[in-house]
Amino acid sequence: MTAETDIVTVSGVTKSYRRGNQIVPVLENISFGIRQSEFLALMGPSGSGKSTLLNLIAGIDKVDSGSINIGGCEITTLGDAELAGWRSVNVGFIFQFYNLIPVLTAYENVELPLLLTRLSRRERREHVEAALEVVSLSDRKDHRPSQLSGGQQQRVAIARAVVTDPAILVADEPTGDLDRVSAGEILSLMEHLVRDFQKTIIMVTHDPRAAEKAHIIRHLEKGILTDG
Amino acid sequence: MFLLKLIIRNASRHKLRSLLTVTGVAIAIMAFGLLRTLVGLWYLGVESSSATRLVTRNSISLVFSLPISYKERIRQMPGVTRVGIMNWFGGIYVTEKNFFPNFAVEPAAFLDLYPEFLLTPEEQKGFLIDRQGAVIGRKLAAKHGWKLGDRIVLKGTIFPGQWELVVRGIYRGAQRSTDETQFFFNWDYLNETMRRTIPRRSDQVGIFVVGVSKPEQAAEVALAIDSTFKNSLAETMTETEKAFQLSFVAMTEAIMVAIKIVSYMVIVIIMVVAANTMAMTARERISEYATMKTLGFKWHHIAIVVFGESLFIAFIGGLVGIAGTFPAATMIERELSQFFPTFRVTVATIVLQLSAALVVGVVASIFPTWRASTIRIANGLRRIG
Repeated sequence: MTAETDIVTVSGVTKSYRRGNQIVPVLENISFGIRQSEFLALMGPSGSGKSTLLNLIAGIDKVDSGSINIGGCEITTLGDAELAGWRSVNVGFIFQFYNLIPVLTAYENVELPLLLTRLSRRERREHVEAALEVVSLSDRKDHRPSQLSGGQQQRVAIARAVVTDPAILVADEPTGDLDRVSAGEILSLMEHLVRDFQKTIIMVTHDPRAAEKAHIIRHLEKGILTDG
Repeated sequence: MFLLKLIIRNASRHKLRSLLTVTGVAIAIMAFGLLRTLVGLWYLGVESSSATRLVTRNSISLVFSLPISYKERIRQMPGVTRVGIMNWFGGIYVTEKNFFPNFAVEPAAFLDLYPEFLLTPEEQKGFLIDRQGAVIGRKLAAKHGWKLGDRIVLKGTIFPGQWELVVRGIYRGAQRSTDETQFFFNWDYLNETMRRTIPRRSDQVGIFVVGVSKPEQAAEVALAIDSTFKNSLAETMTETEKAFQLSFVAMTEAIMVAIKIVSYMVIVIIMVVAANTMAMTARERISEYATMKTLGFKWHHIAIVVFGESLFIAFIGGLVGIAGTFPAATMIERELSQFFPTFRVTVATIVLQLSAALVVGVVASIFPTWRASTIRIANGLRRIG
């Protein structure tokens, strides 16, 4: 693996949180790279810093020191507003609890990230319908989240994550709230995205069965990568 | 457009909560409107008073009268067009609960000086020729079912006895604000009766209503009248009708101030209740706002959603409250006509109500908007469920 071919390059990242007067280190000198179309699983016990690392790569939190380069963009130098713009184009998010907006239909939830683009209504509709097709939920587009099963909600969330065609998808325990069958479907869908759409996926998981689907598994222990 | 859709859907998400909040705002705005109408009503007499009418009374107090002989002397003063007589009669119809203002007036001068009381020529003629004739306001007539030619007996309180009067005219107000609950009858009937029964109280007048040709002359004429009767047994105090009315209002100024304070307190209370609801709502949706921020929405998008929802609920509540003010005002006017001859909601009150509703919406959203739009994404995403 070389720096030239890596789509994600994490170099010497350190992160700590302040809790009262105490400073609690969360990540210490983390460095690794991910190549395009790679499916990486981050594993580790609770409190090891997995989600924090994911948030840093996704640009929703900031490093104390070190750098994160994604697709040639050094995101640690971006301000909040720039980061928001960058995220909307470059990263798709998949959450454990789906994080769909309950008052919006599946279609409207998927359309949400596109509202920040310059696409016309017709172009947005084409993108949304294509994304719903990928997750096989075209027939449920007018349903609200409460009218869908957990697995279906997560598929809507995946459609929302891919609708802007980002290079990277970040998934935080995407199967953590699902039964075994639904979890299997979601993981297959993620494999499909990597294989057929050349997406790069970084997934945080506790579930070894989920991690098995990844190309690479990295372990975090007390804020340190333990497998090199 | 999308944000507007989200605002409307969010507002109707917890239907019961939104309904209760809208109802609370509506009731508060309605109460505010009614109280402001009441305050406005208090000053109605002042606002509808004529600039070309002066009132001359005894300088000691209204309780003390003036001799009728002053009338001719006032009439001869430069700038004076007409002088009328008016006595507060204080008569009771059957029972004290039927209170309405009743005055003894000089018909010819009265018809000249008060063009805002509209009567047909026949009614005017009837009032002028019948010593026991009376003209009454339309609302008063409607309340008691009185018609032209009806005989009405008033029981005198200030002037003892049973006073039999005949309805010769039912006036309409020239303006919506004109009081249509008053009762006027011929002063000659009062004076002649007094001359027979209590002679020392005859030829005495409560106030002289003095017509002046131009409003600019009012001060000059007033000064001339009061100078004329200076050092007499009954010195006069002459003021514009507006100032005369204001002196009555001033007696109840403290009550008006209290009503004004209560009207604003109502708004402050609903503001606190709405702020609590909005804070609760924003707290529940913090993970959704964090998700939107994650997707690239900026702080101002979130601020619009929270602020818009608060404003939307307050606006709907305000509209419902304003709509409810009209039937409530009509009911008050109908049921309490003896106290409130007219109870009309003005455009200024509606504007004030709408402004109050919007202020409630804005103030209630300040803290939740700030909290939702500034929350760190990572913290917001942790608050699931």
